[in-house]
Amino acid sequence: MAEKKLALKLENITKSYPGVVALNHVTLELVEGEIHALVGENGAGKSTLIKTCAGAEIPDSGKIIVEGNEFSAMTPKFAENCGIEVIYQEFNLVEELSVAENIFLGSEIKKGFIIDKKAMVESSRKLLQELNISIDPNALIKDLTVGYQQMVEIAKAFSKNAKILIMDEPSAPLTNAEVERMFELVDKLKAKGVSIIYISHRLEEIFRLSDRITVLRDGKEIKTMDTSSTNIDELVKLMVGRELEETFPSRKNTIREETLLEANNLCGNGLRDVSFVLKRGEILGFAGLIGAGRTELAELIFGAKKKTSGQIFFKGKEISPQSPKDAINYGIALVPEDRKRQGAVLPMAIRENISMASLEKLSRFFMIHKDEEKLIANTFKDSLQIKTPSMEQAVNNLSGGNQQKVVLAKWLATNPDLIILDEPTRGIDVGAKHEIYKIMNDLVESGKTIIMISSEMPELMGMTDRIIVLAEGKMTGEVMRNEFDQELIMSYASKNGSKTFKNGDLL
Amino acid sequence: MKALNLIKKYAMFTVLAVIFCVFSITAPAFLQISNLLDLTRQTSMLGIAAVGMTFVVLLGGIDLSIGSQISMINVVTAFLMISGGVNPWLACLIGLIMTTLTGFVNGWIVANIGIPAIIVTLATQIILQGAAYKICGGLPIYGFPEEFSIVGQGYLWIIPIPVIIMFVIFGVGSFTLNKTYFGRYFYAVGGNEEASRLSGIKIKNIKYLAYTLSGFFAGVAGVVMLSRTNSAQPIAGQGFEFDALTAAILGGVSVTGGSGKISNVVAGTLIIGVLTNGFVLLNIDSYTQMIIKGIVLLLAVGYDCMQKNRKVKMAAV
Repeated sequence: MAEKKLALKLENITKSYPGVVALNHVTLELVEGEIHALVGENGAGKSTLIKTCAGAEIPDSGKIIVEGNEFSAMTPKFAENCGIEVIYQEFNLVEELSVAENIFLGSEIKKGFIIDKKAMVESSRKLLQELNISIDPNALIKDLTVGYQQMVEIAKAFSKNAKILIMDEPSAPLTNAEVERMFELVDKLKAKGVSIIYISHRLEEIFRLSDRITVLRDGKEIKTMDTSSTNIDELVKLMVGRELEETFPSRKNTIREETLLEANNLCGNGLRDVSFVLKRGEILGFAGLIGAGRTELAELIFGAKKKTSGQIFFKGKEISPQSPKDAINYGIALVPEDRKRQGAVLPMAIRENISMASLEKLSRFFMIHKDEEKLIANTFKDSLQIKTPSMEQAVNNLSGGNQQKVVLAKWLATNPDLIILDEPTRGIDVGAKHEIYKIMNDLVESGKTIIMISSEMPELMGMTDRIIVLAEGKMTGEVMRNEFDQELIMSYASKNGSKTFKNGDLL
Repeated sequence: MKALNLIKKYAMFTVLAVIFCVFSITAPAFLQISNLLDLTRQTSMLGIAAVGMTFVVLLGGIDLSIGSQISMINVVTAFLMISGGVNPWLACLIGLIMTTLTGFVNGWIVANIGIPAIIVTLATQIILQGAAYKICGGLPIYGFPEEFSIVGQGYLWIIPIPVIIMFVIFGVGSFTLNKTYFGRYFYAVGGNEEASRLSGIKIKNIKYLAYTLSGFFAGVAGVVMLSRTNSAQPIAGQGFEFDALTAAILGGVSVTGGSGKISNVVAGTLIIGVLTNGFVLLNIDSYTQMIIKGIVLLLAVGYDCMQKNRKVKMAAV
């Protein structure tokens, strides 16, 4: 690597949001013509870093150096002038327009005031040929598969003379065959002298593609190394190597004899053959990367989505919830991952939110028994310590942690046996997190059962009795509490789902 | 501070009171009991239809077919009475069943096909308008049995029957929204459809119910109108949906769904009624009236949006 020219250098970049330091003096050097992988857990700061490069975020301090020119921040226009292009997970394509029109969007070839369609199609064709992409430039984007759409996006970036291409999880939406073709394209770009920052959760890919790897963790740059000098195990260790900073309330063994839930070969909603058994009083964790199928599994059990095959046994009887209402009647509750979009009705009062899922039980002859409603709301206000001057406040006015408690109260009011918590502590502060943990402990002690989905490994390991790992809709591992190990779980989560666990392997 | 909040809470009643005072001074005939009763009677159809519109708008929807539904029930009921010789009450019942079903169809399409409500109800508006013309051949139908006029023209003591019907329907609407669980669901679904679905609320049923009620109430307004005018016109209800929408929105029903109260819709309805009546007394022509009503609608929605924006900003802080 002697005396290689730098395409881009980020020096001591710091960016903080209220309460969080997203980037903490991060330095990154991108050598001209290399593929540089950026890895880290969710929330490690990868997205913020690329947004800084693209001009979507302004760093608090630090320098961005492109071809010897120093900047304190980028703007989107400026980044483009510098030849920095980003391929986001959400494509920036206009579905109703053709490939050629998309490639030249914003920089159309014109004859006077009139768009020269022919010239655009011709030069698109040349561009696509040069990159060895076999797409008709006249095809509409909406008629292309996701893989081809992405290629158009890459070609578009290349057509703007991109010198630095940043790719955020480009393989996530692709099939295996499409991924292979995307790799070829990326190699081709590299051969043409484009420098690439490649972000991915799939570690195999990184070893297949990249020249160097930078690991981020908790907003800090942990290490940059040559790909050839490291391996998956070391990488995982570097990614998760944080100590358990949060303290978790001590857990007792509350698991009882009775089997509460049994899932046999569940398929559908992106899941393939998921089987597990859940005992009453247990906290079962589900780990996995984004899109691994954890939320999808919760949706199946809760009846929000329908299974295509497989069986669910609940309290000894086979059930097939067709709607959330069915699931609620069986005694299943789901605290969904997106509190504001799926959990609370923000403009409604706290009282009304709490009674929402049990309103029919609180009614006689269609009329809501208001005293009872108030009583229940106040009971949960006390037991969950919801901090508010009045239960008539709109949920909107509460802090994230208290909003989450309201959503939790709504479900506890239905008196469920099984509570599925999907990212229960996302976006809430440490104190409220701790309170949620304590509530979870109280619940299992009183005979409730919990399924906990979380992307925060320490919290999963701190709170659950057992963790099942999903990857690409399949179970890739199961770890008991006494064997909990971040690296082991991460390595299961990074598997591509080829190895399946059969029912017999469980317990 | 408390007084300010009170005025804010009952802003539309305050506006109503101001308009009321202005007309009392400028138009001497305004305050006469007979005029006030007349005013409320004229407004009754609007109030009845506005309740239906309120249910729909609470879900973030809209029902543009209300006017045509009114025209349709006018023509159909009249046709049954005159050409079919059907008993007037039976004819009304058939008409009401028709508008209720039409409302249900609106709701079914909105909930199941996913066409935006504004398009669905625009389509039914056009279809029903055409059908109304077809049935009566474009000519008015008149000459109803004597007893039928009581609905629109009768009095209970000195109170006009249509006004009683309006207040009963205000009461039904208010009771449903405030006291029953499915009434609560209108606020929940309008406030956050996804969260409501995941809380076990059958979203589709609530949508069916909203449009069905809107159809039913439009039907009731149509019957009152038919009895009052004693003549069925194929354009009887033209433009009625916009007055009903204006009344609902003046009453603070948010166009984005999720909030609004019937008690305020009463105020919204009366504001339109008082304005219309006052303008007539002051001899202001109907075109000027339209201009003013349009401006009033813009102001009301603008106020709603500004309130919303302020709340969003506060939540972001």
